[in-house]
Amino acid sequence: MTETLLEVDDLVVAYPRKGLRAGATEILHRVSLAIEPGRTMGLVGESGSGKTTLGRAILGLAPVTGGSIRFQGRDIAHASRRERIALARDLQVVFQDPYTSLNPSMEIGRILAEPLENQRIGAAESRARVRELLDRVGLPSDAISRQPREFSGGQRQRVAIARALALRPKLIVCDEPVSALDLTTQARVLDLFLEIQQDTGVSYLFISHDLDVIRHISHDVAVLLHGDIVEQGPSLQVTGQPQHPYTQRLLLASPLPEPDAQAQRRAERRRLREEERIEGAERRTAP
Amino acid sequence: MTSSDTSSKRRRSSVALRLVRNPLGAAGVVILLVMVALALLAPVLAPFGPNTAAIGNTLAAPGGDFLLGTDSAGRDTWSRLLWSGQLTLLSALLCASVAIAIGLPAGLIAGYFGKAFDGVSSWVANAILSLPSIIVLLSVRSAVGPSVWITMIVFGVMLSPGYFRLTRTAVLSVRNELYVDAARVSGLSDARIITRHVLSVVRAPIIIQTALIAGVAIAIQSGLEFLGLGSPQDPTWGAMLSEGFRNIYTTPMLMVWPALAIGLTTGAFVLIGNALRDALEDMPGTRLSVKALAGAATAIGTASAPVRSRIPSTVSVRTLAEPVDATPPEDAAEHLLQVNDLEIGYPDGDGGLKRVVEGVHFHVDRGEVLSIVGESGSGKSQTAFAVLGLLPASAQVVGGTVVFDGVQTVDPQRRRIADDRMRPLRGRRISYIPQEPMSNLDPNYTIGHQLSRPMVKLLGVSRAEARKRALVLLERVGITDPQRTFDAYPHEISGGMAQRVLIAGAVSCEPDLIIADEPTTALDVTVQAEVLDLLRTMRDELGVAILIVTHNFGVVADLADRVAVMQQGRLVEEGPVREILHHPQHPYTRALLGSMLVGREPLTPLTTTTKGPTS
Repeated sequence: MTETLLEVDDLVVAYPRKGLRAGATEILHRVSLAIEPGRTMGLVGESGSGKTTLGRAILGLAPVTGGSIRFQGRDIAHASRRERIALARDLQVVFQDPYTSLNPSMEIGRILAEPLENQRIGAAESRARVRELLDRVGLPSDAISRQPREFSGGQRQRVAIARALALRPKLIVCDEPVSALDLTTQARVLDLFLEIQQDTGVSYLFISHDLDVIRHISHDVAVLLHGDIVEQGPSLQVTGQPQHPYTQRLLLASPLPEPDAQAQRRAERRRLREEERIEGAERRTAP
Repeated sequence: MTSSDTSSKRRRSSVALRLVRNPLGAAGVVILLVMVALALLAPVLAPFGPNTAAIGNTLAAPGGDFLLGTDSAGRDTWSRLLWSGQLTLLSALLCASVAIAIGLPAGLIAGYFGKAFDGVSSWVANAILSLPSIIVLLSVRSAVGPSVWITMIVFGVMLSPGYFRLTRTAVLSVRNELYVDAARVSGLSDARIITRHVLSVVRAPIIIQTALIAGVAIAIQSGLEFLGLGSPQDPTWGAMLSEGFRNIYTTPMLMVWPALAIGLTTGAFVLIGNALRDALEDMPGTRLSVKALAGAATAIGTASAPVRSRIPSTVSVRTLAEPVDATPPEDAAEHLLQVNDLEIGYPDGDGGLKRVVEGVHFHVDRGEVLSIVGESGSGKSQTAFAVLGLLPASAQVVGGTVVFDGVQTVDPQRRRIADDRMRPLRGRRISYIPQEPMSNLDPNYTIGHQLSRPMVKLLGVSRAEARKRALVLLERVGITDPQRTFDAYPHEISGGMAQRVLIAGAVSCEPDLIIADEPTTALDVTVQAEVLDLLRTMRDELGVAILIVTHNFGVVADLADRVAVMQQGRLVEEGPVREILHHPQHPYTRALLGSMLVGREPLTPLTTTTKGPTS
């Protein structure tokens, strides 16, 4: 059980710029992280930090220009389409937007059966599995013949989770899966993620901009800033006593739902900002 | 799967049904079916062959053996009309098929894979589009001789860029959809992704385009034949038209029949095309008949009667003409904003009214921050927009009052916010900070122009003065280089900067109340903290009242003095922020607070039940 499930080493992702002789824009600079079986790696960062790109590179949806991604010991950074079909059994995804991640013209049953059909699983078996999946994520079985637009955001995200679970994967990349959801729905979907992990032993790479969500769901946390991991470690340590100034800033910026505690946090944030300003000024004036 | 089969069949048949229900579409379908039937049955219906000539009986009048008479070569007009129909319709079909056969696959490949093929094929498509079709067709005719089929194949090639562009654009729009990514992660082959996920998006526009293209093909083909450029052996409506034109003075009716056939057929194609567009693109439920709306109006009349009795008598049913209408109820005078029993509804399409806000009651004092909290569908944004007088046209303010500093803005007669009462307030005394800062700045104008223009218009200051004030405002909202931001266009600044600019704009006319609709939801958490700081500073320094709509209790705790919690259009709880956050009374407020992640033990369940279809 101690064998590492996913190992990302010195990963570089760069998108070619438009036009001739333009070179490339590097999104991730030599990023490394590892995920153990049955555990959750939380990846937190703000917009433009490259957190989504990291997830997409693991899934084969972003161009890897350097480093390696090893999944169960095999390098998958440049896996071919054929290898991806085999990989799809173990590596799946849940996207942020439950509205565009489900094809609006397909019934839920067909959406869920698609990955099964692609693995040449028979019709009868696939039908049984679809029912099982709907039950697993807490949706009624008559959802099979209904279309995505008949469901709310939270229900659609359950469908997306069911699709990811269809082939009993070992790792699910979850790209901001609760960000578009209401507070109470978010709580229920997070519970669903935890419950599925307990029952199946699946690992998650859980990507979010929300430190509270990351703290709740993760065993380990990595903090991404402008394409670099600035801090990485056990969840309680990174989200409780952050060492890197950016992580500290991130923590102090997320407001607490209690006026007096928040006022305190606000004052602390101002103090940190003031200190940084003075330090910066000193550095500039120093010879 | 049988269930999915029946369901998709239902969908397809409903498109056909909508097409036929549309009277113009039905007419087009009937005409086209008649034309096709006549053409198909030509061997049975036509008494003569297309080129059988009765030399002794040229230009005969209708009647006898010749139902519609004969032409100058003594050929039966009725028979020729039928045979021509066959050839003309087949040639239109050929033309459209060629155009689709080239344009659709090329568009799919170019749109889906992009790269070199996209560049080359787009270039070729543009080159073809730049060629004048008629001249190309004339050259082809002179090179290979008169042939309906070759002409139509070439014309099909000329029309293929239309399909190419249509398909390419449609594919580009779905290529980066997340469901296509999900299919890739599942290891689906490109061919499967295209047939399952991409083609379905392209189908509808292709069908519409084909109906229109078929009409154009018939028109062009007839035009060429009319000019005498067709083969003399092939009977077509265009050739008949040409023949009739040569004898227009002796037998004018010879021209009428082919002209009628051409006109009816091309017209039918246009009608079908338009009806198909309506049927495919308008989903059911989005359109409301006038009857349904009228029904809705009467339904509200009866339904809202008991509600009215709860409202203070001053606002009952006065006409707009009466000046007293705008007088607020007595108790409202002391509050800056007083909302009483507000009720907003939308027609639901079945003649009824769907209420999105019901009996909402709250007030905001000067310099106070009230936060309306709720989840999606709680009606919190609708309430804010009602205060701003910016509800959509279909919204109806069914009941209640909105009183801002002594002015009652609801017009109960027209069930709307009275625009003439709202106009002097909006921008000047009530301003607005939106959720999406970027989409609320016009990309065509500089930040400076958009900031100073309202001051010139509303405050009547000079341009130079407005510019000076705008620069001061930009500095005040924490922008380090005000002059550069003043001269910048919206795309040159970040989202956080844009929100600062909008806040500067919101306070520029020194309003009494700012309505902020989820002002930090689209921002990063570090930027959110700064924007909240800024709003607090504005309140402290300018004494402006803020009505902030949010779903985030952190934002509430940071900024609000009082909180109103909304659920499904109703206000369930309202009070000072500490009271609500520390001692929530209503079960829904408790559920909301119970869903908070702060202070919970990580990796443990947040709710007691996770399963259930209600989520």
